[in-house]
Amino acid sequence: MGENFILITGRTREQAEGLHKGKRSKAYHSATALVEMSQEDMDRLGIEEGRIVLLKTPYGQVEVPVRNGALPSGMLFIPMGPVANALIGVETGGTGMPAFKGLNVKVELT
Amino acid sequence: MRSIIENVTCTFCGCLCDDIIVEVEDSKIVRVRRVCTNGRGIFVNHDPTLRKPTVDGREVDWKEAAAETAKILSRADSPLIYGLSSTAVEAQRKAVELADRIGAIIDTTSSVCHGPSGLAMQAVGEATCTLGEVRNRADLLLFWGCNPLVSHLRHFSRYSLMPKGTLFPNGRRDRTVFVIDVRRTASAKSADHFIQVKIDSDFEVLTSLRAMVQGKEIEAETVGGVPKARLQEMAELMKTCRYGVVFFGMGLTMTRAREYNVEELFRLVTELNEYTRFSVIPMRGHGNVAGADQVLTWQSGYPFAVSFARGYPQYGPGEFSAVDLLARGEVDAALILASDPVAHFPRTASRYLERIPTIIIDPMPNLTSQSAAVVFPTACYGVDAAGTSYRMDNVPIRLRPALFSKRPTDEEVLDQIIEEVK
Repeated sequence: MGENFILITGRTREQAEGLHKGKRSKAYHSATALVEMSQEDMDRLGIEEGRIVLLKTPYGQVEVPVRNGALPSGMLFIPMGPVANALIGVETGGTGMPAFKGLNVKVELT
Repeated sequence: MRSIIENVTCTFCGCLCDDIIVEVEDSKIVRVRRVCTNGRGIFVNHDPTLRKPTVDGREVDWKEAAAETAKILSRADSPLIYGLSSTAVEAQRKAVELADRIGAIIDTTSSVCHGPSGLAMQAVGEATCTLGEVRNRADLLLFWGCNPLVSHLRHFSRYSLMPKGTLFPNGRRDRTVFVIDVRRTASAKSADHFIQVKIDSDFEVLTSLRAMVQGKEIEAETVGGVPKARLQEMAELMKTCRYGVVFFGMGLTMTRAREYNVEELFRLVTELNEYTRFSVIPMRGHGNVAGADQVLTWQSGYPFAVSFARGYPQYGPGEFSAVDLLARGEVDAALILASDPVAHFPRTASRYLERIPTIIIDPMPNLTSQSAAVVFPTACYGVDAAGTSYRMDNVPIRLRPALFSKRPTDEEVLDQIIEEVK
């Protein structure tokens, strides 16, 4: 069930602006609780912007709305923050750095 | 009466833009000019009201909060001090002093940022320069795994692409710009050349570039999704430019091979100096994360992940780094200085932080302060407190405050805590 993607996380301007309004603000939540997907993948899965999808990794799962993003097919992007972090593991390979980018994630249509 | 304070520094990111103009009326910031949208909130959302610290949600005076903090830290078998990158050098050195006194482990946000770059620096060395040199001398700029138009909004205009430098009177037209990334970012649109690499393939691309710079033949027709001919063209431009600079970000440090990616980049840049002048600068995220590296290094010999548990500093990325410690449940109290690990750590690690007594010192409430036992609402360096921060190129910048401080600084709070643990 579901389709495999590679997830990267990172900063967005909306995330940066939202955090100044408070991490419990609506602006911060809406800036970080979303997933970007390429138009090609959205067309293939038959989904439009705003559609809620379920993302699963061995470390957790989240339900987030889809937004179109400039990404290669097969890649997803979530802005850094608590939603993305529910999917990230704690293995750091002896460096202190978890894999915030390049994570295998399964996408299911709810 | 309205007063205008010039040359204020924005401490949001490692650019530390020090040309901000702040207008103040009745002790409130009413207008900010030149600041970017990422940094604007530091000024316009700043609440200078003097608030009392809290212990378990109850308002107390500053001395009582310091005494409670000392009690928590002294009772702990293995306390952690974490954060440091959004405070000034003056507070950072007090945090190291406190860690030394109580035998704590101290780690900074570097461990989830450019920690792997620190490891690479220790292994290979780093050929670097200041942003002033970039502005005045660089004719070839490469941005690898970073997206300044989202994370460092004035970098292009103040330091890299646009400025008309001493040797380059035409600014942008005199420079050649590459963006290397796994996706076509906003910054890629500003580049002359966009090189799209497959995720987790940066190491192979960097190794191939090293070989090409050395004049060796590559058998593969594509490397990491990039045609060989494009890499050959890139290698030639790198060898023949007058002054090249690579800026790099989390695209190298957070993906597979982490520090090995950066080591390979540092080797490439070092080897390019046999042909021309070349430098590399990590795009530092938090305003004073470079200062945190500096302070920890000058006081303990190591840039992050340092344990004072045995009475002398021990270095251990993976062992004494915060995510690893929290994931394994190896600390039993935490003092968080100017950071929000609950918002930025993997959930498994941040959940553990909510189970142990936590103290937070920060101008703003955040997700970590929600579950903290002790909260110190301090002044904000650069807005209502003076201090020193290190720019991404390790140039120290003196912060000129726009407002008179009503709140104690992080340094003063840490001083009180140190007095209490003595």
